[in-house]
Amino acid sequence: MSPLFDLAGIHYAYPGHRPILNGADLQLFTGERLCLNGHNGAGKSTLLQIMTGLLKPSAGSVTAFGRERKAEADFTEVRRRAGFVFQDPDDQLFCPTVAEDVAFGPLNLGKSKDEAMAIVEATLDMLNLTSFRDRITHKLSGGEKRLVSLATVLAMEPDALLLDEPTTALDERTTERLVEILLELPQAMVVISHDPHFRHKIATRTIRLEDGAVHRPAPTCKHAKTA
Amino acid sequence: MSALLHNGPEAIASTPSAGGWSVRDLDPRVRILVVCAFAATVVNLNAFPILGTALGFSLVALFSARLPLGKTLKRVMMMDTFVVFMLFLLPFTMPGETAFTVFSFAASWEGIFEACRIALKANAIVMMVLALVGTMEAVTLGHALSRLRVPEILIHLMLFTIRYIEVLNDEQKRMRVAMKARGFRPSNNIHTYKTFGYLVGMLLVRALERSERILKAMKCRGFQGKLYLLDDMTCNARDYIFAGMMIAIIVVLLSWEYLNVPFV
Repeated sequence: MSPLFDLAGIHYAYPGHRPILNGADLQLFTGERLCLNGHNGAGKSTLLQIMTGLLKPSAGSVTAFGRERKAEADFTEVRRRAGFVFQDPDDQLFCPTVAEDVAFGPLNLGKSKDEAMAIVEATLDMLNLTSFRDRITHKLSGGEKRLVSLATVLAMEPDALLLDEPTTALDERTTERLVEILLELPQAMVVISHDPHFRHKIATRTIRLEDGAVHRPAPTCKHAKTA
Repeated sequence: MSALLHNGPEAIASTPSAGGWSVRDLDPRVRILVVCAFAATVVNLNAFPILGTALGFSLVALFSARLPLGKTLKRVMMMDTFVVFMLFLLPFTMPGETAFTVFSFAASWEGIFEACRIALKANAIVMMVLALVGTMEAVTLGHALSRLRVPEILIHLMLFTIRYIEVLNDEQKRMRVAMKARGFRPSNNIHTYKTFGYLVGMLLVRALERSERILKAMKCRGFQGKLYLLDDMTCNARDYIFAGMMIAIIVVLLSWEYLNVPFV
């Protein structure tokens, strides 16, 4: 079975800094929930941004959904098929109202206003967020913003999800709700998380980014799961 | 600007009116157009009784909008502080019959009258704006302006400002708290100025970084240069009645001023 994502030998350095990725490899297969950890500044977010073409690696190849992607135009399709949930929901939610934010993706994909509204209803309904439809995005609470961020990405009907620290600043109840939602979603996903309990609950596979390369972690405590 | 926007949405969020109808139920587009027409009319009035009548209409609108008194007064005062300097200077700069002298500077009657006229006009317009436009959510205002064919780029600027001014303000507040927590007390010295310089600098850097992240998030969702606004604004009979009423008021004010027809 060919992987959804296949990154090989990725090198990357931010301008004026030491290389952050030194030949990192990553594969994501259908149905997987791949957890990615590593210390602060190890390049986890950078790797997700390279997967969606937001950053261009200095060396290495990105193969996504069966095709090698190089130019900016190649990544338009990747970004639609791989929903990126950003770490800070305030970056993700830029439209005035929740409905507009959720409809933004579908409308960009050329859906009509009615089709987009139907998708908004269906997506909010699936996440039990229907009552948020007409709320002003900047007046939502942190947890609400996070769930709406997920909705905005799911509305584009992606084949894979890339989540950058989705549990940051969430209380236990919202984290629990997020776990339930993620476990029910059919999409393959890459999840960056520093929370061992959260990883334990959702991961089907865990990898660790260290010294710019991807390792399979050796279990160091009872929370670690290498399966 | 920041204070206006910041206090705006919370202070006067559009709450459904209890019983009867108020300006809050009217179509936002009608409210904006009516305010513009009213403002254009008022700046062209000169006679005191007519200006007084215009101010009277504004007060009626203000009361029927049922705005919180304290906050509204504060906003009117904010505008008045801009005007007040001009009002004090105008009598001394306008030539005319001398009313009194201060340190051999002569104040003219013409200047005093002109200053009063400007004060009346400004207050009448601001009160009408507060009553009709100030009662909208800032976001609704953006939507309404977009439906009135205001250039898209201006609407985008406005909506992004509304969206992120709160986020920036929170960042600023967090930094201020962090400064306080380490014993910073602003006073009149180099250390204070330097620290505020850092604060502003950090805010700019963070805003720039955030704008880059937002652009990335937008790209990820297929942004192609267009923001889609979804709303269902409709004009009904009530809006037409209201617009008609305001047009009648405008016609009365203008014909009183220019044709000298005393209606009242």
